[in-house]
Amino acid sequence: MTQYLLSVHGSDEDYAEIDPATMQEMFEAVEAFNTKVRDAGIWVFAGGLESATTATVVDGQGSAPVMTDGPYLETKEHIGGFWIIDVADLDAALDWAAQGSRACQGKVEVRPFQSEPEA
Amino acid sequence: MGPASSAAAIERVFREEYGRLIATLVRRFGDIDIAEEAAAEALLVALEKWPESGVPPNPGGWLTTTAGNRAIDRLRREKVRDSKHQQAAEMYDDTPHESLGVFEDHPDDRLRLMFTCCHPALAPEARIALTLRLLGGLTVEEIAQAFLVPETTMAQRITRAKKKIAAARIPYRVPGADELPSRVATVLAVLFLVFNEGYLASGDGAPVRTDLTAEAIRLARILRGLLPSEPEVTGLLALLLLTESRREARVRGGELVRLDDQDRGGWDRALIGEGHALVRECLAINRPGRFQLLAAINAVHTDAPTAEATDWSQIAALYDQLVRLDPSPIVRLNRAVAIAELDGPEVALAQVDALGDALSSYHALHATRADLLRRLGRSAEARDAYDAALALCDNTAERAHLERRRGELVEPAGGPGDLT
Repeated sequence: MTQYLLSVHGSDEDYAEIDPATMQEMFEAVEAFNTKVRDAGIWVFAGGLESATTATVVDGQGSAPVMTDGPYLETKEHIGGFWIIDVADLDAALDWAAQGSRACQGKVEVRPFQSEPEA
Repeated sequence: MGPASSAAAIERVFREEYGRLIATLVRRFGDIDIAEEAAAEALLVALEKWPESGVPPNPGGWLTTTAGNRAIDRLRREKVRDSKHQQAAEMYDDTPHESLGVFEDHPDDRLRLMFTCCHPALAPEARIALTLRLLGGLTVEEIAQAFLVPETTMAQRITRAKKKIAAARIPYRVPGADELPSRVATVLAVLFLVFNEGYLASGDGAPVRTDLTAEAIRLARILRGLLPSEPEVTGLLALLLLTESRREARVRGGELVRLDDQDRGGWDRALIGEGHALVRECLAINRPGRFQLLAAINAVHTDAPTAEATDWSQIAALYDQLVRLDPSPIVRLNRAVAIAELDGPEVALAQVDALGDALSSYHALHATRADLLRRLGRSAEARDAYDAALALCDNTAERAHLERRRGELVEPAGGPGDLT
């Protein structure tokens, strides 16, 4: 089994434009998808993130940590939420990603985790 | 030692067996790099032994057994990596372990490898490169030459794709029935692109790259053998054979000869017969698709003893069907060529002009316009269209054709200032 990060990216403007009814529909669809992921026994973790404007970048490499307000990448779109699932192969991960994409009404990036070190 | 066991002959056998060899090794060891390294080692052993002992009766089996043993030896030596490879093999290999050293041909192995190489999660250009490398046995250098990129670029492309297959766990298996049609379509698209690059080669080299066309046909034959009931696979093979049948007549003296000017006596009747039989098979299944329709159009062309005898209404009807399936501007451009024969160049020109924005950087649009304008006697516009086509055309034989046609147009009697 391999763990995959399924991440959803978007901009604050994208989210601001969604009307409340659609937002409610999306929450319900994502909740139903989450239940399906749990029932399939492949759930590792999932969550939605606050706006990227609430992020802080910390550089602890120097003598004292340096804090910078805002996200690391200076792009318009940021990660807004993600799932981590544990499935057999990429085809299975892509199939779940397609369902997650439909539920959250956004594109989903699928990325494998490095395989766990041998015990 | 006979000529059959010279180094060149051994390498030819190796290339012919390469796809089967790699596919079997990938199934057994679950890792493309291990498979390739073991295959290369088996070649070295063959080059050393065969000149003395002669080529064994089953060279593919010999190479597979030798490569398999080499891979096992290596895995034993490299114990650190062993557990990782063991794990990889468990992931991929869902068939019972066969006794070591015994060669068994699993016909599905190459099919699985084709689906891995043509996986939609890989970039389209990587799919083509991997298919030619792993199934066709072409070297990285040859693939780089065929696609006019530096060898280092091609090597990186292939390495990156192989790394993604391993790290992201792209499976090595034939997709299930629900996914099969869409996944077969990506494999067919790769084979079609390989063939086209051979048939209308870009760059200053030979106008036709027979190594690529032959490889595409060989892989299409294998795919058809493995998936005989998928009509689009049959359709693609028929299309490639019927196109290939005209190869000798299509380029004469380094210049492209248009279909209506070709020496039909120079067409390969055996390939045409085989292609027609496959098209009839598709018609009987009656689940038309893009490649089947293109094959049927080619069957109509190759059925006509002379250009004048071509059944253009049937060709136009097949293009209508194709447009409904794939309304892309390129399909509509090809349909317009048939319309020119059926309804005249003026009607066709209006249709081609409507595609001008979508296909402005496609040389065939300008070449088609140029020909229609020439037939309508609009020489000045035809000349401009030939210039536009030549500026975009990258095939030496087609350039020669366009240049001759442009040269045949009579220059205006004088420039704008010369009206006396």
